[in-house]
Amino acid sequence: MLSPADITAPAPPPQADTARGARSPLCRGAGLMLAALARLLSGASVRWISSQPDTCQRVYFANHTSHLDALVVWASLPQPVRELTRPVAAKDYWSRGVVRRWLAEEVFDALLIDRTDIKVHQSPVDLMLREIGTTRSLIVFPEGSRSVTGEVGEFKSGLYYLAKKRPDIELVPVHIDNLNRVLPRGEFLPVPLLSCISFGPPLWLERDEAKAEFLARARRAVLALKE
Amino acid sequence: MNDLRTAVLVTGVLGLLAVATAVGQFLARRTDRGLDQAAIRAFNQRLRGWWIMSGLLAAACWLGVTATVTLFGLLSFWALREFITLTPTRRGDHRALFWVFVLFTPVHYVLVAYNRYDVFSVFLPVYATLFVMARVAFTGDYTRFLERTAKIQAGLVVCVYCVSFAPALLQIKTAGSPPTGNFPLLFFLVLLVQFADASQRVWSRLLGRHLVAADVSSVRTWEGLVGSATCTAALGAALWWFAPPYGPWQAALAGLVIALLGFAGGMTMAAIKRDRGVSDHGTLVVGHGGVLDRIDSLCFAAPVFYHLTLALAGPAALGNAGV
Repeated sequence: MLSPADITAPAPPPQADTARGARSPLCRGAGLMLAALARLLSGASVRWISSQPDTCQRVYFANHTSHLDALVVWASLPQPVRELTRPVAAKDYWSRGVVRRWLAEEVFDALLIDRTDIKVHQSPVDLMLREIGTTRSLIVFPEGSRSVTGEVGEFKSGLYYLAKKRPDIELVPVHIDNLNRVLPRGEFLPVPLLSCISFGPPLWLERDEAKAEFLARARRAVLALKE
Repeated sequence: MNDLRTAVLVTGVLGLLAVATAVGQFLARRTDRGLDQAAIRAFNQRLRGWWIMSGLLAAACWLGVTATVTLFGLLSFWALREFITLTPTRRGDHRALFWVFVLFTPVHYVLVAYNRYDVFSVFLPVYATLFVMARVAFTGDYTRFLERTAKIQAGLVVCVYCVSFAPALLQIKTAGSPPTGNFPLLFFLVLLVQFADASQRVWSRLLGRHLVAADVSSVRTWEGLVGSATCTAALGAALWWFAPPYGPWQAALAGLVIALLGFAGGMTMAAIKRDRGVSDHGTLVVGHGGVLDRIDSLCFAAPVFYHLTLALAGPAALGNAGV
């Protein structure tokens, strides 16, 4: 499935690098308000552990506990970094309804992935790489779907292929604590409890590191941020 | 702030804080005298907390009763967030918790703002309890039912109900109390609570030998309790003029009661934290122990001080309520 040509040629199409400055002031304002609201509602305290916020190209990968995850991790980033970062979110959830779709597409500029319609030639990883070009960063949830129990599940292989095709991108582990209690699966009204978003030190795919090994290491990096 | 008692009290407290800050800064700069640097740092940190508290209270007082009730409402809301965050809840509690946060807590403070003592004294302990139990039952999850509803109820009583008696003091009308809200009573309470807390620490540190309950708190001693109760009673008596309807002896009694209850509040919160296995609130609650740690003494002392004041001042002190 993975040809050598894929590995050596990131070659993003030029239109992918569209700057955020093109957005209307309304969307920018709404973005700032949404970020503030998300932080207030989730009571998120943000920790950078052996790590610093940076505008370089990164993939933030986090455990998945709630529909709020993408929004809150995005809101936890400092504003200049947030401008460059696109959360990857489920199309079936975020494109439902006018408001949700407007928020996802215009305000926090999510990269919507259709989970029900994954094709060989249009794999989510290729789509992500094409969309971020050489400047934008991503927020991904390698577990694929939200965990029911609160345990961090096994990581799917997408993160590995991202790392393999773009070895220059920093992979930053993120641990999300307590957001599953703010908005659990199947609920639509949030309870304003406190949560904690921890960013860890970046990691890269090691030379000759096997897929399973790398994914296990990445998962451990997220779990290590729990305390 | 055109009331004489309020003005004297605010000026006095701010002056005292300024002197303490000067001393703290002076000590922090002297490194050569074999001073306990950690203790000085802790003292300066505590001072910063007091500055924030006094600043907020002074600003709220300047803005009036509604602003002060709102301030305490936000304080309660935040404390309840911390309390429920620390308490494990189940999925079945989610919708009950939602209404507790967005309906019961704000409505309770609205009732306090309108001085409806007849309603707010039963709203949370009775009606919120009934609602929470019924709402959890409706979800169909009966696992440890009583334990779960009791946790939510305890959070509501400690963080919201008890704390709200502090701003409710503003509505008590006594001879000579300012028409714009009885701020001297509120300041009297907050000052004595803070003083009791601080003196308890000092006494425990200087003379403490016998721990009250070593498993719950490794710093609270019987000597600290007795010392702080005595000192707070003395301070209460000295400040009686600020808190009508209290006479000197009654103010001493109030000081004693406040010190004992503040201590009880601290012990209770320590027990809750020990049960959850945290000495401070871990990573979820940032800052110096969080809001919950700041209000533990106040929330036990406030309702008792409120009712003590009502008992002294007579039913007319409630003004419009119960009419």
